[in-house]
Parts: sequence; C-alpha cells; structure tokens
Amino acid sequence: MSKMHVSTTINGEPMEFLCESHDSMLDALRGPLGLTGAKEGCGTGDCGACSITVDGRLVCACLMLAVESEGKSLGTIEGMSQGGELHPLQRKFLEMAALQCGICTPGVLIAAKSLLEKNPNPTETEVRFGLAGNLCRCTGYDKIVRAVLETAAEMRGAA
Amino acid sequence: MTDTRYLAPQTLDEAVSAFAAAQGAARILAGGTDLLVQMRAGVATPGLIVDIKKIGEMTRITENADGSFTVGAAVSAASLEDHPRFGKVWPGVLEAVNLIGSKQVQGRASPGGNLCNGSPAGDSVPAMVAAGAVLTIQGPNGRRQMPVEAFPAGPGKTNLAPGEILVSFTLPARPAGSGDAYLRMIPRTEMDIAVVGCGVSLTMKDGVCTAARVGLGAVAPVVMLVEDAAKALVGTKLDAAAVAAAAAACSAACRPINDKRGTIAYRTKVAGVLLKRAVAIAAERASRS
Repeated sequence: MSKMHVSTTINGEPMEFLCESHDSMLDALRGPLGLTGAKEGCGTGDCGACSITVDGRLVCACLMLAVESEGKSLGTIEGMSQGGELHPLQRKFLEMAALQCGICTPGVLIAAKSLLEKNPNPTETEVRFGLAGNLCRCTGYDKIVRAVLETAAEMRGAA
Repeated sequence: MTDTRYLAPQTLDEAVSAFAAAQGAARILAGGTDLLVQMRAGVATPGLIVDIKKIGEMTRITENADGSFTVGAAVSAASLEDHPRFGKVWPGVLEAVNLIGSKQVQGRASPGGNLCNGSPAGDSVPAMVAAGAVLTIQGPNGRRQMPVEAFPAGPGKTNLAPGEILVSFTLPARPAGSGDAYLRMIPRTEMDIAVVGCGVSLTMKDGVCTAARVGLGAVAPVVMLVEDAAKALVGTKLDAAAVAAAAAACSAACRPINDKRGTIAYRTKVAGVLLKRAVAIAAERASRS
C-alpha cells in the first residue's frame, strides 16, 4: 500500500512527511521527521516518555496515529528552548539535578510545561498528580517535583 | 502488520456507510488509547480505521435548552474538564472521567471509548449509569436510543448491532437539589484499574431523597444499575438505616471474580462501603445545588 502524505506544524514550523496508515506519531517523529527527543518507553501510554502537545493538549505520541497530525499543531521537546535560551524548567532541572539517565526527561518537561500553563501556582500534590503519567526509574521523583515547584515560583516572580 | 486503510469522514453518514461496508474488519478511532495499544499487541488488526473526530456531532459538548447535556462519543476527557458548565452540573461524572489514566491519556481518551471498550471496570460507566445517560446510536438502519446500562453485554462486548456506531450521551436536565458522585477503590492513589467503582446520583427535596440512581462497576461481567439500592434511598432522609440498606443491596448485587486486584469477598464488602461514601458526597453536593 502506498504511503500517506501528511502536512502538519511542529514547533511552529510547517512540516510534511510520509507514513504508513498504522504508524504512530512517535514512529513518524523519530523516523522521517528526525525528532528523536520524544522517547519510546512502553509504547502503551503508561510511561509518558513520548509526551508531546497536539493543539495545546498533552498526549502520548505512541497513542496517536501519525496521519491524525494532518492540519494540527504539535509541540515537542525540540521546540522548548527559544533562540538558544533554555526554558526555565530546563534550566531548573539542570540546576537542581532533577534527572539522572535522562530518558524520561523530555516527556517530564513537556508535561510539566503543560501543567504550569494551566496552573501557574500548583501545590506539591497537584504537581505529583499532574506528572502521574510520567514514569522515572532514577530520581524517585522528589527532585523533579521540587524543580517544577521552584520553576513555578520563579516564573510567577518574573511575570 | 497487514494493510490498514485510514478514513476520517466529515459526516456521520459517511462514517456509518464505511464502517458497515467493512463488515467487522473496521474499528472506530476516537482517542485511540485502547485501539492503538491493541494494534501494537497484535490483538486488533483492523483493515479499516474510521477516525470519527472530524465529525462535529461526535466532538461537541452541548448544553441543551432544557438543561440536558449532549456529549459526543469522541469528546476527550480533557475537553470535558475544560467545559465551563459540565463539571458544575455533573461533578460525579466528571470526576469519574478524570480518573481514566494520566493527563496524557485524558488528552485523547473519551467516555465513548471507555464505554465501547466494554470493560466491566471502566470508570466513567457507573457514573454515566447513575446519571441516567441515554445513548444515541446510528447504524445502517438509522438511529436509535438506549439507556447506558443496556449497552454492555459482557467483558469486551457491547449491544451495538453490526455496523452501528455510538454517537453521543445525553444526560438529563437536573432538578434543583441534585448531586452526583463517583468513587473507586484502587490500592494506590492514581493510574490504576478499579477494584470496585460506585456512582451515585441523588435528588433531595426538603431533606428527603426524591430520586436516586446507583451504578456499580468491576463487580460483575458488566457495569450494573442497582435498582434495589436506589429504592432503599428514595423516600428517606438518607438516615443511617436507609444508607445501610442501600449498601447491603449493592453487596447483594455483586457477582465478582477473584483476581489479583481483589477477592470476591473483598469486592462485595467494598461495594457497600463505597456506596455509603458516595451517597454522602452526592447528598452534600445536592444540598449546595
């Protein structure tokens, strides 16, 4: 069967790619699109390592068909820093050592950014529930949660 | 993997024709949080995927003039949460929907998919049963309606006829003094499958319960409407004896299995406990509505 042609927008840039109808969005990102920041942990929507946004909604790229991105606007980790400047969450994660092996980190950052856009002043409980879809087998989560809370405070101060 | 065709029709009529023409080789795609996992595992190998998210009626939340709500089958949990009014009128249904998976899953997963997946433990289903939701279904022979509790036919099975598609849920208008609640038992705080789920919807007038519906999940092959529990509540002031009788009716209705999540005895007991707690929350919400 011939491949399908998809036109979409990724991190503000118009993009086109070819895919099979059963390919996941994660297959397309990591394959023809060459955006390997989103990781495949489980492939079943449990781990959150492939978190991206689609029209502003946080989703798992592994649970979406690539063809569904036609006409949509996607956000991935590759678009998180702006003009060589790290996003405050990225900077704080480095400062506070909120990562170890780093496999989960792109997904955690995308989910944390989505959380703070909805709720700029979350409680610790809200951060933990907000990131419940992102598994990390290194940090024990504590440093991640603290870094998100610190970033939120910093971003509120700067606003 | 075998070749799969993907179709994203703009109208329901197109979707129904294509779905029916595929004679069982097609699957409906709403959020895909079950379907894509099944495809990946090789459990589902659809020849045709019909994506229903370009159909207006499937993705709309409408508050009708009479106060009822119509929720399209492909509306995501996240859209339902963002709706300015839905969660105020149906907080129990919304909290049930919000228990389905993570934020990432909620960005795509729909109550329609939760129902069509046919799991006895689907979290939104007992809350929809308690709410008295009525389904609109369309197939090759036209449209029909069905109460939500008549839809599940067994684990993974529904009463959709061949070629039929779930279109929407309609939740009835709410009289003053109404409230609903959904509780589930899981051994952790998030991201798990219900061991028992219990939805309650109540209407109170002058301190007396005038209407009640109770839905129970994960304690039988299908999610159930427990009419005996509702009967024990209606006409009472929700005193301890009435609530205990309703809890006993819930336990009596249970036909659970033993599995790694819970034993028959545990599930049967917890069904009654959740009923009591859900009644208390629903009654408190009713007093504020």
